[in-house]
Amino acid sequence: MTQLLEVDDLVVSFGALRAVDGISFAVTPGETLGLVGESGCGKSTTALALMRLLQGATLRGAARFAGRDLLALDEAAMRRVRGAEIAMIFQDPGTSLHPLIPVGEQVAEVLRAHLDIPATEARARALELFRKVGIAAPEQRLRAYPHELSGGMCQRVMIAAAIACGPRLLLADEPTTALDVTVQAQILDLLRSIARDSGMAVILITHDLGVVAGLADRVAVMYAGRIVEAADTRTLFANPAHPYTRGLLGAVPQLDRGWDEDLPTIAGSVETALAAKGCRFAPRCNFAYAACAERPPLEAVGEGHVAACWKVR
Amino acid sequence: MSPPLVEAVGLARHYRVEGRLLRALDGVDVAIARGETLGLVGESGSGKSTLGRTLVGLQAPSRGTVRFDGIDTQTITGASLRQLRRRRQLVFQDPSGALNPRMTIGATLTEHLRVQGWDRAAARAHVPDVLRQAGLSSEYAARYPHEISGGQRQRAVIARAISTDPDFLVADEPVSALDVSTRAQIINLLRALQRVRGLGMLFISHDLSVVAHACRNVAVMYLGRIVELAPREALFAAPMHPYTAALLSAVPRADPARERARDRIILPGETPDPSAPPPGCRFHPRCPLATDVCKRDDPPVRALGRGHVSACHHAERVPQLAAGGSR
Repeated sequence: MTQLLEVDDLVVSFGALRAVDGISFAVTPGETLGLVGESGCGKSTTALALMRLLQGATLRGAARFAGRDLLALDEAAMRRVRGAEIAMIFQDPGTSLHPLIPVGEQVAEVLRAHLDIPATEARARALELFRKVGIAAPEQRLRAYPHELSGGMCQRVMIAAAIACGPRLLLADEPTTALDVTVQAQILDLLRSIARDSGMAVILITHDLGVVAGLADRVAVMYAGRIVEAADTRTLFANPAHPYTRGLLGAVPQLDRGWDEDLPTIAGSVETALAAKGCRFAPRCNFAYAACAERPPLEAVGEGHVAACWKVR
Repeated sequence: MSPPLVEAVGLARHYRVEGRLLRALDGVDVAIARGETLGLVGESGSGKSTLGRTLVGLQAPSRGTVRFDGIDTQTITGASLRQLRRRRQLVFQDPSGALNPRMTIGATLTEHLRVQGWDRAAARAHVPDVLRQAGLSSEYAARYPHEISGGQRQRAVIARAISTDPDFLVADEPVSALDVSTRAQIINLLRALQRVRGLGMLFISHDLSVVAHACRNVAVMYLGRIVELAPREALFAAPMHPYTAALLSAVPRADPARERARDRIILPGETPDPSAPPPGCRFHPRCPLATDVCKRDDPPVRALGRGHVSACHHAERVPQLAAGGSR
């Protein structure tokens, strides 16, 4: 299948630190890819690198998006991509919106920046978008300032701005982490139906395995700047291959079982990882052996299922 | 049955915000026994942190009483007040903000004990022991907060809380700021401490699955009230308040097959402004079961047997609603 986005050996370094250390993945049109990992694993850095929004970082590798390499575009060309063809939403909608401009105007501004339309039409379309993302009393809300809206409502505004120009790819970075669980359910529902109806592809970045289980078609698990495993969502949850993925899934408290036993844990912490020469998970891994001193390649362990581990090859 | 370790009756806590009265707590009765961990869940603004802070005495209630081991906590002063502080402690959500960045972990622990009246030498001598009980080796005494990981910082905060040998611990979102793998370690630690020391504990979390692992009884708060309280088995299998049913159905589960198969109960709107709660049942504008009586009458807390209480006019109809939403 033709890929919408094909990331090839992406490296993001800040001086000597490699925050993203050679990752490759692809997204097909209309697909939702979950990018999962704990803090510091490089998942947000990956998204910001694709948007070319990182300052002081050196990028290597390639990111082919609809026939162009995002990493090679000049700033003017990149500005035409951002917001129009690839949009992004963030964890904290409160700080992503301008506090002194009415939210309707902010959405209209996105439209006018990319489409040659008069202000009145931009406002009409903003109203249409507010309806689409389920904002109640949309006419009044167009004139509201961010501080007058709840967190969930601000996230709906962000989503309206993100889908305003009909992007082919949405980067959603922890879109529901700051929200209460009942509001989170509303926003996940909204993202699911927008992606389905518009055929937009989504890269969903999250630490929450439950969110990924409900929304993603495929999942890539990151650890310390590398992808350690990727598979379709059902396979990954049913048959995780990499010891880190297995540890992560085991450590999630379940709502309906295992209450009286201690939760399985992964020993140590991620701080040990960047010093590791070969496999970065080896210092915390129960199965580590001599071979792990070398970096394991990401290799097929099943149909559409890859893992980077010497033990499971 | 022995009297509860902590008992709050008719607890209210009001704040004035821009001339309006914000009712963070609005009539809460709760009792926690020695050796019991009560889980407290609810969304932001429900009043769960205010309840926790009031039960450890960091805040005075506007109305109502808190009794600790039979003593009315508002009436005591002097040495017995200090003694009371020793016996009830708080573990905060954000371990970075809870530790002084310019003090070593050892100095923080020593100071905490000094405030409780320990002499310096005894306090210092006690530090390695409490660190070990929190799962840290004694060398961490010399470290500064920024030199250790988030999980280790939370262990240090827990070490401080248990250093005075308390009877009662309030853990306010103790794992929310932590990554999945570290979170499991801290939940296990709190469970072990509770078991070994026979602590009474209030475990506050917005995450129902975390609470399921840490607590036998669970209370659910909404807009300053406890709307349901039950043993966890009953609460999760057959909730008797529609808000609990909706919360349970909204929790994303790490299980793709089930996550896609179930019908969620999606609540309309968001939690109302606590300075202007709706009349009648304060959940009625969002409730799928609401009828006229709910718009008119504030539902009383009803005992439904086997330690299950619910403040809902239609409690008996909730299990049916929940069965559709949690499959």
